[in-house]
Amino acid sequence: MAGIPLISMRNIVKRFPGVTANDQINLDLHSGQIHALLGENGSGKTTLMSILTGLYRPTEGFISVCGEEKKFASPRDAIDSGIGMVHQHFKLIESFTVAENIALSQSSNSFLLSQEEVVEDIEKLGEKYGMSVNPRSYVWQLSVGEKQRVEILRMLYRNSKVLILDEPTAVLTPQETKELFLNLRKMANDGCAVVFISHKLNEVLELADKITVLRAGKVAGCFDRNDTNRYGLIEMMIGRKISVAQSGTKGEALGETVLEIDDISALNDVGTLGLNGLSLKVRAGEIYGIAGVSGNGQRELAEVLAGLRPVKSGNIKFYGEEITGMSPKNMIERGISYVPEDRLGMGLVPSLNSCENVILKEYDKPKYSQGWWIKEQAAVAATKAIVEKFDVRMGSIFQPVKMMSGGNLQKLLLGREIASKPKLMIVLYPVRGLDIGAIESVHKLLLQLKEANTAIILVSEELEEIAELSDRVGVIFSGKILGEFLIKDLDMERVGSLMAGVVEDKGESV
Amino acid sequence: MRIKLQKSLAPNLVSQTLIPIVAILASLFFCAIFFVLTGRDPVEVYSAMFLGALGSEYGISETFVKMIPLALCGLGIAVAFRMHLWNIGAEGQFYMGACAATWIPLSFPNLPFMLMIPTMIIMGALGGGLWGLLAGWFKTKWQVDEIISTLMMNYIGILWVDFLVYGAWRDPNGKNFPLTAAFPQSAMLPTFGSLRVHYGIFFVLLIAAVLWIIFKKSKWGYETLVIGSNPVAARYAGINIKSNVLLTMFISGALCGIAGMVEVSGVVGKLQPGISPGYGYTAIIVAWLARLHPIAIIGVAFLFAIIHVGGFMLQTMGMPSATATMLQGAMLFFVVGSEILTKYEIKFTSSKEGEKNE
Amino acid sequence: MNETLLISILAASITAGTPILFAALGELITERAGITNLGVDGMMLVGAATGFMASVTFHSPWLGVGVALFVGALMALIHAYLTITLRANQVVSGLALALFGSGLSSYLGKAYVGMRPEQTFEKLPIPFLSKIPIIGPVLFKQDALVYLSYALVLLAAFYLYKTRAGLFLRALGENPAALDAVGINVFGLRYIYVVIGGALAGLGGAYLSLAYAPCWLENMTAGRGWIAVALVIFALWDPWRALAGSYLFGGIDALGFHLQVLGIPVSIFILNMLPYIFTILVLILVLIKRGGRLAAPQSLGVPYDREER
Repeated sequence: MAGIPLISMRNIVKRFPGVTANDQINLDLHSGQIHALLGENGSGKTTLMSILTGLYRPTEGFISVCGEEKKFASPRDAIDSGIGMVHQHFKLIESFTVAENIALSQSSNSFLLSQEEVVEDIEKLGEKYGMSVNPRSYVWQLSVGEKQRVEILRMLYRNSKVLILDEPTAVLTPQETKELFLNLRKMANDGCAVVFISHKLNEVLELADKITVLRAGKVAGCFDRNDTNRYGLIEMMIGRKISVAQSGTKGEALGETVLEIDDISALNDVGTLGLNGLSLKVRAGEIYGIAGVSGNGQRELAEVLAGLRPVKSGNIKFYGEEITGMSPKNMIERGISYVPEDRLGMGLVPSLNSCENVILKEYDKPKYSQGWWIKEQAAVAATKAIVEKFDVRMGSIFQPVKMMSGGNLQKLLLGREIASKPKLMIVLYPVRGLDIGAIESVHKLLLQLKEANTAIILVSEELEEIAELSDRVGVIFSGKILGEFLIKDLDMERVGSLMAGVVEDKGESV
Repeated sequence: MRIKLQKSLAPNLVSQTLIPIVAILASLFFCAIFFVLTGRDPVEVYSAMFLGALGSEYGISETFVKMIPLALCGLGIAVAFRMHLWNIGAEGQFYMGACAATWIPLSFPNLPFMLMIPTMIIMGALGGGLWGLLAGWFKTKWQVDEIISTLMMNYIGILWVDFLVYGAWRDPNGKNFPLTAAFPQSAMLPTFGSLRVHYGIFFVLLIAAVLWIIFKKSKWGYETLVIGSNPVAARYAGINIKSNVLLTMFISGALCGIAGMVEVSGVVGKLQPGISPGYGYTAIIVAWLARLHPIAIIGVAFLFAIIHVGGFMLQTMGMPSATATMLQGAMLFFVVGSEILTKYEIKFTSSKEGEKNE
Repeated sequence: MNETLLISILAASITAGTPILFAALGELITERAGITNLGVDGMMLVGAATGFMASVTFHSPWLGVGVALFVGALMALIHAYLTITLRANQVVSGLALALFGSGLSSYLGKAYVGMRPEQTFEKLPIPFLSKIPIIGPVLFKQDALVYLSYALVLLAAFYLYKTRAGLFLRALGENPAALDAVGINVFGLRYIYVVIGGALAGLGGAYLSLAYAPCWLENMTAGRGWIAVALVIFALWDPWRALAGSYLFGGIDALGFHLQVLGIPVSIFILNMLPYIFTILVLILVLIKRGGRLAAPQSLGVPYDREER
């Protein structure tokens, strides 16, 4: 492992107006090594990688490739130096084929398009690393895991020696994650340097050879894998010890059945079945956690409950009343609250201020309106109450909400929903992108809501979060709930298999 | 030292009012270049326009007369644009409103004033409103882009009026000119003394005030604001987008239709081709410059009326009246371009800081 | 039907459709790059006016064409600057361009109204090909600019689907971030394609004033630029479909004229309405069939903003 590092970043400083994103960072990447970059949001890891991939120029410091100092004037330079990155949001063109997408990264200057060459090369690469994808299929037809493979193949096609992956496992099943790790190990053994950005400690500890922790723009620590453990890493990431939110009752003394979903099917955006015979029941005061890899019907389920998606078959009962196919307005009126993953795109209107956002779903109710008019005073008062109760920090309640930070946006959103005293809440990925302090707050809020006897469906990618908060857990796969557990019977291995669609212990897939 | 554009998240009142003014001045300068290139003294041109519009009783009166349809159409357009419904069809809705309103005095010439005028107003609103609603329906039913449909309907509407005045509605006593019989006195809006300025101005003031209040405080105003800002969130909130599209297109068209009625009833006194020299298009610029604010629309409409009347007066200097259109188009350019300055802030930074590869 | 009449109508369809075709090709390219430019009608008008002026002043229709190309490009450059660099609202900027172009063309062309050019683009029959029954005189007895339009359609289709640069162009409109990540200059490419689109719009206008009419009249496009914009949508951004659509519209134009000549008693106003009514109907039909704007380039109309912290 010793020898000249493939990449050496020295004394990297990056300043933006008002903030120093990277402060004297040193990072060495050796070929054959898998290096994990760990840190909260805002710790500077994305900025650092943006510098490495040529998107930004460092304010101070330099980068050397194989001992030679290089200046990257543009992403092209970085790519030419053998640096490739798979972003969290894939940079793929859905309506093109796999081959066409990869052809975009070709360094050739040929005038004409020659698909066949590209197809052959992709097939060869795929075989070599065990990551086959049909080069002729259109990207929109692929699963998320396959799309990620295309991104990785694209890097390999370009002979990248430094492979950077940003939160790659967020969209994979445990099985796919294992495969990915095997492949990354193969690539490292082949001489690549792999950088793995993640906040999932278990995975980092499983995969990485070396771990660098960033905090507030500085390097908080750099270790060999064997010299550290979970709690040490967490403390390093946030600089203090954390307290884990404790769920109150666990499956005892629950109320009546609030929601009963019976064998519903619904189409997704692409026209195939997003929900395929899904059934579940939730009771008042219960937190029903849904575990599963993103893209297996979670969003479709939430949209069906919110009235935003039509149901093809099956029915939904709310306190015994049939509500299948009702409009969003009707759902809201009945006290069904949907907290979407897209906070600023759907849950809130970015250009409007807090007061205008607080009344978003209830502007029609006597609480905030009279005849044709909106009661401004009532809106302002309610907003002030929410801000205080839920500790939402912002400049002023009359400023557009897009100025608020992620954590405060989520608190405002949740605050609004909770203040509307819902009977049922379905909340998707509530702590995605939040720092640990905000995560704590959000979890406390959810538990408080449970105390208030609301039925909650919690959809999350973090098995830990689900385990901490839920009374019951259902695993969603391909639009169905494949298996359910009471929290005391939770078996992580079984959950993992179900998430991948493996029902029987014999390993037969659904 | 480098100049950098940085996103500023808070709308700044100073920049919001100052920058459009600077933009207008810049556009005047820009057009001045064209004048110079074609051998005209820009100072001469601009002063001729200004004096022509405001230097005489006749000029001022004409300016008000032109301001009224501009403002009314501008208000109608603002209603639609607020929801990001790009109603380019103000011109066609104007004509259809004028047409529908004309039908009343032609069919019932003996109605008393107190019945005639209100009926004409209603018909004008219906004519323009239904024309707009049709485009709205195309959009909700088949997702037809309203820009294309309203634009096509402009041409259809104008040709329809041509068809009528050259054909069935042609005045038999009109010496074969393509125009309808003159309206009876009861169908004419009163004027202020001997000036051409008519009571249509009250419509402007009333409608602007009503719209301003509605935008700010009503439920419908809130709904349209949310839909225009973020249709996804609107749907999420249970706001019915389809019905709002239809309602908004109707109201938008209706206001432009009223503008048409006001023009035939207050100014022209009959229906004939070319009753609008492009008010519907100019009003788009007016609405945008005024940032869709009803009160500001009156002011900007007045400014544009000055340009319009002034441009007309330029003809005595041998310049085409289309000079005015050129000027107005340039103003829109500069305002559109200057919008980025309200969204961004200009920061002066030292060369190392905040450097980015472009 | 009388063969001569049929040929006459078909040939006239092509001539009438050619200005729309140029403009539609231009807008198609611009939109494939991800930018909406509604100013097509304005650019056509300015192209028509300036092309005419240059042709008459310098006694050269080809010079007129060159000037029109240049001026169209220049006007599109304004739109490009506003929408790409300044990230302004593309709809309103395009409208401003259309309005400004209309006013500017009237202003510049005022002195030239009513003039007849000495030279125009004469019909150039292609030997052999023009003798083929029916198709011959329709397709191959046209003027040089029509032949140019044939070539441009071929070129555009080839470029778009068979070359690497064409791949980039298609990617530009779908997901510019994908190109940016590979280090390709998204802004620069978009500028180029918007400007090309403007040049072609100018060319379309020049065809009107130098070959079709030929003369200069205020607002002589009669909204053809807008029809071209609609055409791009229901041609689904494909050059061949744009060709078919343009000639279809040309056909309606030509039909109206011929019906008049034949003395068929339909009001000229109703006839003139046909292209516009037709546009809406075809748009509806295509949208019904295709279920909405699924075929539009995904990033069309969205200004590209590189995400920065």
